[in-house]
Amino acid sequence: MAQRTQRLTAEVAPERVERLDPNTLSRNELRSTPGLYRRAWRRYRRNKIAMVALSVFVVIVLFVLSADMLSRYVTHVTYWKGNLRGQFLAPFSEGHILGTDSNGRDVLTRLAYGGRVSLLVAGLAVLTTLTIGSAVGAIAGYFGGFLDSFFMRLVDVLLAIPGLPLLILIFALYRPNAAGLAIVLGLLSWAGVARLIRGEVLSIRGRDYVDAARVIGASNGRIIWRHIFPNIVPIIVVWISLAIPSVILAEAALSYLGFGVQVPTPSWGNMLQGAKDYYTRSWTNVFIPGFMIYITVLAINLVGNGLRDALDPRLND
Amino acid sequence: MARFVITRLLQMIPLLIGITFLTFAIVNLVPGSPVSRYEFNPRARPEDIERIKRNLGLDQPWPVRYVQWLGNVARGDLGISLVNYTPVRARILNVLPNTLLLTMTSLVFALLLSIPVGIYAAVKRNSWFDNVSTVGSIATFAMPSFWLGLLLILLFAVKFYEWGLPSLPAGGTRTLRGETGFLDRVQHLILPSLALGLVQLAAWMRYIRSSMLEVIRQDFVRTAQAKGLRDRVVLYSHAFRNALLPLVTLVGLSIPDLFGGAVIIEQVFAWNGVGRLINDAAQSSDYTLVMGAVLMLAVLTLLANLLADVLYAILDPRIRYD
Repeated sequence: MAQRTQRLTAEVAPERVERLDPNTLSRNELRSTPGLYRRAWRRYRRNKIAMVALSVFVVIVLFVLSADMLSRYVTHVTYWKGNLRGQFLAPFSEGHILGTDSNGRDVLTRLAYGGRVSLLVAGLAVLTTLTIGSAVGAIAGYFGGFLDSFFMRLVDVLLAIPGLPLLILIFALYRPNAAGLAIVLGLLSWAGVARLIRGEVLSIRGRDYVDAARVIGASNGRIIWRHIFPNIVPIIVVWISLAIPSVILAEAALSYLGFGVQVPTPSWGNMLQGAKDYYTRSWTNVFIPGFMIYITVLAINLVGNGLRDALDPRLND
Repeated sequence: MARFVITRLLQMIPLLIGITFLTFAIVNLVPGSPVSRYEFNPRARPEDIERIKRNLGLDQPWPVRYVQWLGNVARGDLGISLVNYTPVRARILNVLPNTLLLTMTSLVFALLLSIPVGIYAAVKRNSWFDNVSTVGSIATFAMPSFWLGLLLILLFAVKFYEWGLPSLPAGGTRTLRGETGFLDRVQHLILPSLALGLVQLAAWMRYIRSSMLEVIRQDFVRTAQAKGLRDRVVLYSHAFRNALLPLVTLVGLSIPDLFGGAVIIEQVFAWNGVGRLINDAAQSSDYTLVMGAVLMLAVLTLLANLLADVLYAILDPRIRYD
């Protein structure tokens, strides 16, 4: 064994020494193993289901982003343009690829604009949640003491509030636009991620490199931002991929009940609400918006599962 | 154990005060008011609106009203509806049995199906059955429950009726006219509990599967097999009893989801329960009715969590709450 090691070093060593000469090397070449994210991407790429889910998600995003072009060049109608003589047309009739709704509006156009609203609300709500949740979580976990107990009791209370009834009441009293809806959703749902991040910060805070950073005089802000935060990014990424579907579902449910995004602005949820009273007239109107919600949520869930497996190999079964 | 239960019950009090305080604050800080529906009524004079406000106690600042409300709640009085002046407690208790019937039926349905399927998928790991059930549960888990409900109505109530097949009712808790026997209630219960339970079923099945896989690997299972016990005995009395432990917590934690889901499903199926009551109350800005319903849902949720912890201790002799 000893001999073998010696021989290997003898063969390999000269080249390595030459390669590692810092004066002649660029920064990239100095890196001996690829970084965490590059390795994660390699693992992710091998996961077929996750790759399919990712491409489905990309297609949905492209579809939603191209709403304007779709309306101008493909369907030739705007999302609010109705025609009461052309209600409940079946898909592929009279130039309406996915048919028309109860007001004779083109379903495909509304689907693209509605998806834009649904995804925008989801993104903005998750961003709000994450901003508050990570600030509270980092402060509570890093400083501990009174701040920690105060915030964690607040988290306990927020997690125990029945969310949907409260949201229904708020939106019944105060009908916000899509952005307002997203921000209220975010303001009420940061408790879970705050607790998650607090736990992570608490465990990282005690590590040696954090002590080392403190010894050389790094400020609290710098330690949190440069030494702790990069270590919780993988967890946050996985959390985001699980939070977006739940916000999409919450927005859809609220819009379905009539408390979310308000007509005439379409969202997948309120398209369902508009269709539900006419399900004997047109089943496609009920099926299509719900199917879009379903496929989007499913795709993001699967991407999230793939990300979790790729970022944390320990979790594989 | 008694000590633990009492401590936990006492700890619920500050938590409930916190929940109701936050809810009350949020509701009152949002613009809008129960009397705003009179403001556009040309026959309502400003002094009339003031009088209505005063009679309902809405002229006081909200912290004062909260303390009054809390004092009344402590005496078991949830106040009166701000819209039609009916007692809130009676309104809620009136529809609560329907909600409990719906949620408990879906819970039992989800448990009865997820346990055998989850165990079998774990035992026959990587078989076609395991793959089909895994794909099925992932596919079901992402479904919006209200969409699922609409599709169920569309198929089993609308299309089956059109095709002349025996169809199920599209909504309601029972047929309003004529004979309403037990069978009628069951027929009305099938679709909503299916829509509510399928998502839970999918989640729990995955959970039972992975929990079983973990337990099956352990030494005591191998020992039981080595003793020559039959597979069924090993599975059910050795492995499953241990795999059940995390399930108890999981079911306890799913109770809020079930109640939250019921709020939407009751609307989809015109099911006369607490969810519909909340919806109607919110539409008409009925603060006290919504506060009462939120309080009741919070109490039920906390009690369910407590029950899960107690059951956990009973099932797992290693846990001692002392």
